Amino acid sequence: MHEMSLAQSVREIIEQAALEQGFSRVKTVWLEIGRLSCVEQEAMRFCFTAAMQGSVAEAARLEIIDTPGRGLCRKCGHEAEIENVYDACPRCGNYGLQLVAGDAMRVKELEVA
Amino acid sequence: MCLTCGCGSDEVLIRGRKPLNKPKAPVSFKLHRVEAKVAEDSQRIVKLEQDILHKNDQHAQANRDYFARHGVLALNLVSSPGSGKTTLLVRTLQTLTGRYPLAVIEGDQQTEQDADRIRATGVSAVQINTGKGCHLDAQMVERALAELPCPDGGMLFIENVGNLVCPAGFDLGEFAKVVVLSVTEGEDKPLKYPDMFRAAELMLLNKCDLLPYLSFDVEQAEAYARRVNPDIRIIRLSAVSGEGMDEWTSWLEAQRPQAS
Repeated sequence: MHEMSLAQSVREIIEQAALEQGFSRVKTVWLEIGRLSCVEQEAMRFCFTAAMQGSVAEAARLEIIDTPGRGLCRKCGHEAEIENVYDACPRCGNYGLQLVAGDAMRVKELEVA
Repeated sequence: MCLTCGCGSDEVLIRGRKPLNKPKAPVSFKLHRVEAKVAEDSQRIVKLEQDILHKNDQHAQANRDYFARHGVLALNLVSSPGSGKTTLLVRTLQTLTGRYPLAVIEGDQQTEQDADRIRATGVSAVQINTGKGCHLDAQMVERALAELPCPDGGMLFIENVGNLVCPAGFDLGEFAKVVVLSVTEGEDKPLKYPDMFRAAELMLLNKCDLLPYLSFDVEQAEAYARRVNPDIRIIRLSAVSGEGMDEWTSWLEAQRPQAS
């Protein structure tokens, strides 16, 4: 479950920000997790709780901003929302859409005290 | 959200999603004023916009710089457990020994068996045991490189933990990921594990010597892989019979100038 190592990376990012920006408690963490990234949201929630133990973000609320996938057809140039990386272009049926959004994994913002 | 001070539990500003369309919260004004004061005193929003894999990517870049300095072609071999990666690697090393400097980093949760198999060919190998970890990351590889004689001007093979899911997201600083799919696994693996096949530049279809005994549909497997990744190169081979090994070693040799 790679979500655990990703959650530990989130912890490191938060702890580093706490040092640099001088806060001692995080109330809310906003993560952007694209639907086509390699993260399972439920696994991330589970790992997040475990990984934040003993950190400034212990007991912080996790908000996941779930961004839809978007693919660009290399054949006809149409851009559309997609559910899977292997979806066909809804306009021309071509496979192999270029992923233009929805694979991000980012710590967006923190609400701190 | 409170229109007076911007406080409240529904943080539309932070989400950044449809900020103008949120309904105005019909909450008690008096109560909200109290909350607002606390918020002004002690709470704030810190914008980070930092990629979760940022640190891994920094280590990956350090590895990539190292490979570039030493002219090393580094490849990240990924597959499910039991696809024949180590057997394929042993055979590959036997073919290339004496032609190029070679080295191997082996990743497994436990045991040093794979590194021992590699060392039996005379090639230097470092074993990384990830313990409970399900993939290698760039920092592990960086530490392993410090233990390994550098194959200057040659090739480094990193055999990842057998897992078609987790290693897909972690850049190790390699020139390319090479995914090994064996014909005993089922032709639909590229659709079931699309991230891995999308991340790979080359797919090696291994154990092709067993095709006469199986109902595996090679054309379908390749079509699925190309559906996920239209640019993927595919080589059919067998590490046991040697079929396709020449094409694989030619591919390796062709990548070398691009890496250095």
